[in-house]
Amino acid sequence: MLTVNNLEVSYGQIKALKGISFEVPDKKIITLIGANGAGKTTTLRTLSGLNKVNKGSIIFKGEDITNLSAHDLVKKGIVHVPEGRRIFSTLTVMENLDMAAWNLKDKAEKEKRYQNVFELFPRLKERVKQLGGTLSGGEQQMLAVARALVTGGDLMLFDEPSMGLSPVLVEEIFDIILKINKQRTTILLVEQNAKKALEISDFAYVLEVGSITFSGPSKEIAENPKVKEAYLGV
Amino acid sequence: MNLDTILQQIFNGLQLGSIYALIALGYTMVYGIIRLINFAHGDFYMIGAYASYGLFSAIGATLFFGLPANQATIIMFIISILGSMAAGGAIAIIANQFAYKPLRNKPRLSALITAMGVSMFLEYFFSALPVIGPSYRGFPEIIKKQLFPIGNAVISNYFLIDVGVAVSLMILLTLIVKYTKIGKAMRAVSLDKDAAKLMGINIESVITVTFLIGGAFAGVAGLLAGLTYPRIYPYMGILPGLKAFVAAVLGGIGNIPGAVLGSYIMGIAETFATAINSLIGEGIAFAILIIVLLVRPQGLLGEKIADKV
Repeated sequence: MLTVNNLEVSYGQIKALKGISFEVPDKKIITLIGANGAGKTTTLRTLSGLNKVNKGSIIFKGEDITNLSAHDLVKKGIVHVPEGRRIFSTLTVMENLDMAAWNLKDKAEKEKRYQNVFELFPRLKERVKQLGGTLSGGEQQMLAVARALVTGGDLMLFDEPSMGLSPVLVEEIFDIILKINKQRTTILLVEQNAKKALEISDFAYVLEVGSITFSGPSKEIAENPKVKEAYLGV
Repeated sequence: MNLDTILQQIFNGLQLGSIYALIALGYTMVYGIIRLINFAHGDFYMIGAYASYGLFSAIGATLFFGLPANQATIIMFIISILGSMAAGGAIAIIANQFAYKPLRNKPRLSALITAMGVSMFLEYFFSALPVIGPSYRGFPEIIKKQLFPIGNAVISNYFLIDVGVAVSLMILLTLIVKYTKIGKAMRAVSLDKDAAKLMGINIESVITVTFLIGGAFAGVAGLLAGLTYPRIYPYMGILPGLKAFVAAVLGGIGNIPGAVLGSYIMGIAETFATAINSLIGEGIAFAILIIVLLVRPQGLLGEKIADKV
C-alpha cells in the first residue's frame, strides 16, 4: 500500500531523516519504534504532508505522492492522528467531528460514519455539545481517533496514541486500533510503548537518529537482544 | 459637562465606534487566523470609500431616472454598500495572494514589514493615479441628512445608518462564524493549522475567505465614514486603521466580540476626549494602547483558555 524510498527530511541544517526506506503492506499493522528524537514523528508528518521531503519518494497505492499538500493526501486516503491529539479546544465535540467531515459531501455517508464512531465511543456521544478542551485526556484521544475515522482513509497513521493515558485506557486504545485494523484499514503506528506496539503489530522497524537500524516481524524484533535492552527495558 | 452633552457624546461615540468596529473586525480576524497584523487594513477602508464615491459619480441619479427620489436613493445606497464591500474584499484578497501568501512560512516579521509596504503602496499609488489624486474630495450627500431630537441631544439618520449597518453585519458575522461550515473552519484553522490540514481542510482557501470578509467590512466602513464625515483622501485610512488596531488590541486581538467592545470603548473615549480638546481626542487611542499593554496585555476579552494535555 505504501512504499517509502530513501526518504530524507531536514529542519534547516539538521537532518531529521537520513534516507529511510520501509514498506506498509495492505491491511497490516506496521510499527515504528525508537527513542525520543529518532525521527518517528517526522516520518509520520512527512507521510501526511505536514513536512517537506528533501530527497527520496513516497509511493501510495502505486502513485507517487511525494510532496503533495496535506489536504490532497487526505483525499487520497491517508489519515493522521497526530501526537498530542490536537483537538480544537474551543470547538465542541460535534464541531470537531464536522471539521473531520470537511470533504464528505454525501450526507448519508456522513451520518453513517458518525453513528459508527458513537458506537465505538459512547462517551463522545454524551458529550457532543461539550468543548473539546474540557474533555479528559482519554476522551480527547478518543475524539482524535473518532475524527480520523470520520475523515476516513485506507491508511491510518497513529502518533503516540497511548501517551499520557492510564494503563486501562492504554489497553482500550490499542483494542480500538486492532478493531480499526479489522475493519480493513492499514495502520502505521508510532509508539514509545514499544512492548505494546510490538504485541499488536505484524512488522516493525526500529528508528535510531534518523536511520532504520533493525526491521523484521514484530515477534522477532521483540526477541532481539539489542532491542530488548534499548526499548523494552529488559 | 452637563447630562445632555454626555448623552450627545455617547451617541457620537457609538457612531464612531461602529465604524471602528467594522475595521477592527478585519484586523482581529486576520490576526486570529495567520497572526499577521495587517497594517494595510486601513487602506482597504480607504478603497471602500473611493469605490462608493466612484459609484455615485459614475451612475449617480441617472440610472434610476424616472424612479421616485427616495426609492432611487435606497437602491443607490444598497448598490454602494455592495460595491464598497466588493472593492474592499477584492483588494484584501489581492494583497493576501501577492504579498502575504508567498511569505506564509517565513518569519512573521517579514509579513509584518510587507504589510507596511502594502499600506504605503496603496496610499501612494492611489495618490498618483490621475483619477484619484492626492487631494481631498467632498463625498456626495446621497442621503439627505435629517436630525431627530432625543431630549436635548440630537441624532441624525446617519447615526441610524452607521450603527444599523455595523450591527447587522456584526450579527451576520457572528452567525457565520458560529454556525456555518466555513465559520467553523475559520475557528479551527486559527486554533491549529496542522490539525486542520489533517482534516483535509485547504487552509489557504479559509485564509482567503477571512481576508474577503475582513476586507469587505473595512470597505463598507469606508462608505459609512465617507457619508458621515464627508471628506475622503488617499491617506484617510491611516489613523482610523491604527485606532481600529488599538481597539482590537484593547478587546483582545484575535477575539471577535473583543474587537467590537474595544471599538465602542474607543469611539466613546475619543468623542469625550475631543469634546475636551481635539488634540487629546486624536491621541487618546494611543494612550489607551499604552495602558492596555501595561495593565492587561491580552486585552479585555482575550483570556487564554487552558488546554488539557
